[in-house]
Formats: sequence, structure tokens, C-alpha cells
Amino acid sequence: MAILINESTRIIVQGFTGKIGTFHAQDMINYGSQVVGGVTPGKGGQTHLGLPVFDMVKEAVQQAGAEASIIFVPPAFAADSIMEAADAGIKYCVAITDGIPTQDMMRVKNFLRRFPKADRMILTGPNCAGTISPGRAMLGIMPGHIYLQGNVGIVGRSGTLGYEAADQMKRLGIGVSTSVGIGGDPINGSSHRDILAYFEQDPETKVVLMIGEIGGPQEVEAGHFANEHMTKPVVAYIAGLTAPEGRRMGHAGAIISSASESAAAKVAILKELGVTICPTPAAMGATVAQLLAKM
Amino acid sequence: MDIHEYQAKEILSGYGVKIAAGGLAYSPEDAVQRAREIGGRIWAVKAQIHSGARGKAGGIILCKTHDEVEAAAEALLGKRLITHQTGPAGKVCGRLYIEAGTDIIKEMYFCFLVDRCAERIVMVGSAQGGMDIEELAVTNSEAITKIYIDPGVGLQDFQAREMAFALGIDAEIMSHAVKTIKGCYRALRDLDANMLEINPLVMTRSGKLLALDAKMGFDENALFRQTKISELRDKTQEEPRETAAADRGLSYVGLDGDIGCMINGAGLAMATMDMIKLAGGEPANFLDVGGGASAERTEKAFRLVLADQNVKAMLVNIFAGINRCDWIAEGVVQAVRKIDMKVPLIVRLSGTNVEEGQRIIAESGLPIITAETLAEAAEKAVQARNEVIASERLKEFYGYSN
Repeated sequence: MAILINESTRIIVQGFTGKIGTFHAQDMINYGSQVVGGVTPGKGGQTHLGLPVFDMVKEAVQQAGAEASIIFVPPAFAADSIMEAADAGIKYCVAITDGIPTQDMMRVKNFLRRFPKADRMILTGPNCAGTISPGRAMLGIMPGHIYLQGNVGIVGRSGTLGYEAADQMKRLGIGVSTSVGIGGDPINGSSHRDILAYFEQDPETKVVLMIGEIGGPQEVEAGHFANEHMTKPVVAYIAGLTAPEGRRMGHAGAIISSASESAAAKVAILKELGVTICPTPAAMGATVAQLLAKM
Repeated sequence: MDIHEYQAKEILSGYGVKIAAGGLAYSPEDAVQRAREIGGRIWAVKAQIHSGARGKAGGIILCKTHDEVEAAAEALLGKRLITHQTGPAGKVCGRLYIEAGTDIIKEMYFCFLVDRCAERIVMVGSAQGGMDIEELAVTNSEAITKIYIDPGVGLQDFQAREMAFALGIDAEIMSHAVKTIKGCYRALRDLDANMLEINPLVMTRSGKLLALDAKMGFDENALFRQTKISELRDKTQEEPRETAAADRGLSYVGLDGDIGCMINGAGLAMATMDMIKLAGGEPANFLDVGGGASAERTEKAFRLVLADQNVKAMLVNIFAGINRCDWIAEGVVQAVRKIDMKVPLIVRLSGTNVEEGQRIIAESGLPIITAETLAEAAEKAVQARNEVIASERLKEFYGYSN
């Protein structure tokens, strides 16, 4: 099962023929993802990596049966590409692009809400490493080999910290059902809470590891959701214990604007809501292992 | 990116927002000249620094004579002002804004912000102006009005009116209030600002609505399409090392600790800093070198971290994904050979080709301390830092070390 993507998901790459798009498209194909083509406006009809190039996402959906898309389009044009994917009937889109203006993302979210829920494209990112269902499909830029297939769902903002978690788990022989990067931007496609809801529905996922950070309301929101609507245990780590207030820590969204957005405040609320807290970032794997052992 | 009050006022006045007469000054002579041009009998000499709460920090001086203006300018120029927003280091005032005194009958608070929960722009106002809005939100949240703006259609007149009534603005100047509020919104939207604050917005005895202070913050991700805004950047208001880092494409934030850090990825960087703290140390900085940590980039990052005189040990933590540990190890070895490192270096590599990376470091013959796990890396860094401190103390007491 896993969530969002599997071995039969038909994938297109937006920004296919660029250097970055090409590199990661090849990497996804090597991993076993069903990449069926790509989109680069003006290059329709050409062949790239042995796959068809389309001018528009619409054509890729009609002619290649594309269901999922990954976006490597530069920041100035990325919001437009995301909306094009949604309009064309793509079901799931990962936006890798880092640096999309906040107002563009507000427009994107507003655009997506216009679709009835059943037809609404799911977006994760931007500014993320993508999604992987180990052993099945990769729709992202992560090193696929560090993930073991298994029963733990991962949702996190950061790329490399997510790798660290997968690596700690692999060392303990623990595998992952799906790992979803939601990205480090203040306004993103899906929140921690949205992804927890998918994991709750997935029969293969037994435990979810949520990797959050300072800034924004999403971790606490997810904690409330876990408390009220989830049967599966949630483990969390919140990065940024040492971050001072009002300073942006790399990610556009990683900034403490009010006391409730600090790591300590989030941890305190999550604890109260029954979420298991990893005592240190070095203990993400071990904390998950302890929970699994009790099940 | 933040801009100065005078810059924000200039922008807003182009959008129909009324401001008091004023002018910029770089010297006491300038200041007096501006006061003469403005006329009147009372002037505010306002320090231009990137921070709010300047009044409390002594950054705004009311003057009744030209001599007083000169003296105020003399006192403020070059002065380091410390507010709760600047942190203990404060910010140095290099420019002044001389403004005509205003006959205020009512002070209000007004701002636009990006609300991350609602994923919309929110307009926030209170009839109780001049106060710390965060304090007010806690003590008397009913005194605050919030109105959300639909990104599809933008701010509507009825919303601006609702805000104006909530602020307690007289009905006679309602159309001017609506124009002011909508002007602020258009400035925010057109120029990709993510924050616009007018505190206070004032009503004068003559029935005018003026923006007495103005603060704007801009979305750095949108500066590519806001070239005029980029030009307003004042680097003297930024931490020089952070500016230097940003110019090199590195994301750096200086902190008070003494263990320097170089990490790839913002989340892993924060987590590594957390681990240092949990192991009993304090990080000297946040530094994300990004995905493609090439040898050149690595060297730049090393120089940046070591430029901080407080650094007693340096920790490198790289998770190689698309990257390879052997490439990173070579970069680190090259950087260490080039730079005369005076503090112990702890390196933890993981991910792709980790064995090869570790072998390169081991065979380099350099005194690099290696670690396998995140916990081990942090513990070793704290230990190394403690040893440096101990030997420095010995040296202080006995005039030699070890």
C-alpha cells in the first residue's frame, strides 16, 4: 500500500529537459519509478531519456496517462507550473523548487481550494526532498538506498534530517512505508496534519515519525489531530532548541515569531497531546524501535 | 529583508498614505537644514535602524529649537541602540529622519501580516495604538480586530471600512481611511512585502490620518522581481558575517556559543545544534552549506565559521545524499590544509560512500577527530571544546599550556 505513490504511479517531470530535472528523472527511473515523460514548454514532440516531452501537462495526462508530477521549474515560474498540473488533472504533485515567493504560494493554495475535494490535486512541498515509498517508487531527490521498506511513516520538513532518521532506522533494521517531505516554506502544499491523515488510512503504516521544527502552527495542529483522530502512535522530534527568537534558521519558515513557535513550546504541547517525543535527534530511530517493540 | 522607516514612508506615500513632512539627514548640519525646510516649531529626530521600539531605546528625540535638533542629531548618529528586537548587540544609527511634530488626538495600531494558519494576508488593528501589540494580544485580545483577505479578490472596501470603524476613526474621514488602508494593502501586494506595520497610525487635531511610523519587511524569495526594493537594502543594519555568508550563497546565523558548525540542510543543522546543547555545549552558529558542498564551498564555509573568534572547536556534519562522502572528505581535507586551523575539528559523515570518505580523512594524517553517529559527534565536539578551554586556563595561570 504505502501512501501517495507506489510502483504503478505514472509520473511526469516538469522542467524535464533542464540539468537538474534530467539528473533526478534518471535517478527516479533507476530506482524503479514509472516515469512516463516530461513537460518543457516549447520542446513538445522531442524525446528525452527515451521518453516523450510534452508542451503542456494536459497533453502528458491525455497521451501518457500521467497521474503524478514532480516540479524542478525555477522559482519565478514554479507556482504557474503547479497550477497547470492541478488544472490538467494531476492527482499528486511534488514541488522540489526552493525560493517560491510567499504570495505565489498563497495564490496556489487558493487556486487548489477551488476544486471539489475529490478532484483536488494533493501538493507536497515546495522546498522539499520529495516522497519515497521504499522498494516501490521515488518521487524526489533523496538517496533511495538509505531507506529500508517497512511499516513506519515519516513526515518532515527537512531533507537531510529526514535522511538521518531513515538512516538511524535502517541501522536498527526498521523500514519505512512512505517518507514525505513537506518542505521548509511558511506556506506549503500539505501540512504535517494532512500527511498524518493519509498514514492513519494506510494499513501498512504502524507508527508515524513526525520531524518538525521551529516556526508556524503545523506541528501543534498535527498533535491535536493525532490526539483526536488517530489510532496509530505518533513519534515526534522538533528541531531548533537552540534557535533564537526572530532569526530565520535556513528554511524560509523556520523562524520563531511568537513564544508558541519555539521548539520547547511545541514539545510541551505535543507531550500533553500524547505524542511520544524523541529525547534527542540521535534517538529518532531508537524511539521508534521502542514503540514498535511494544506493539 | 527589512527597510528603514523613511523608505517605507516614501513607498507608502506613493500609494496615497499621508505622512508628516520630513527629510533624511546624515549629519547634524543636514538635520538642521531639514528642520528649516520643514518649518514649524517642533521636530522629531528619529534614528533610522532596522527595529521597532526605537522610542523606548531613546532613538526618537523631540526638539523645539534648531539647536536642539543639532544636539539630538549629534547624540544619535553613530549611537548603538538596543531594543528587544535588535538583541543585545543592538544596531548602529547611521541615518536620521527629521519629521515635523504632529498634533495627535488619537493613536491607533495597524498592520498587515502573512498568517501561516489561514495561508492568507491578515489585517490587524487596534484602537489602542502605540502599545506593544503582542502584549495587547495576551492582556486584552478583544481590543484587536483581525480581518482576513481573500487572495483571489484582494482587500474589499467593506473590509477596509470595518477596520476603520474598529479603529474608532471618525465617519467624516472614512473615505480617506479606506484609501489609506487600501493603499497599504496595495503596497504590500505589489511589492511582495510580508509585513507592513503602522504603529502608530494617528488622527491629528486638524482631522488628518497620518502614518507616524512605518515598518515594512519583504519576502526575500520575491526580490528577483522587486529590483527597486532590493536597492533599499542597508547592509550596515545586518550582521556583517551573515551578509558575507549570504553573498557566498551560504545560510549563516551567528550565535553566542563556542562550537562552530558546518552542516548540510537546515533541519539537520538545527538538529546538530540541539545535539551539541544536549551534550552540554553551545553552538557558535547555524550554517547550512546546502546540497552541493564542493571543495570550494567547504573552504568558504570553514573560513566563515573560523572568523568567529569565540570558536573553540568546529563540528562538521554532512549527510551525503546525491553528494558523496568521499568528495566531501576531500573538500574538508583540502580546506584544512589551506587554512591554518587553530581549533580541533570533529567530522561526522554519513550516507553515500561513507567508508571511502572516512578512509580519506583517516589517511590524510591531519588531526581530525571523526565520529560515526550524531550523538558521538556532538559529545566529541563538546569534549574537545572543554579541553581547549582547560588548556587556555592553564596557560593563563602558568604562562604555558599542557
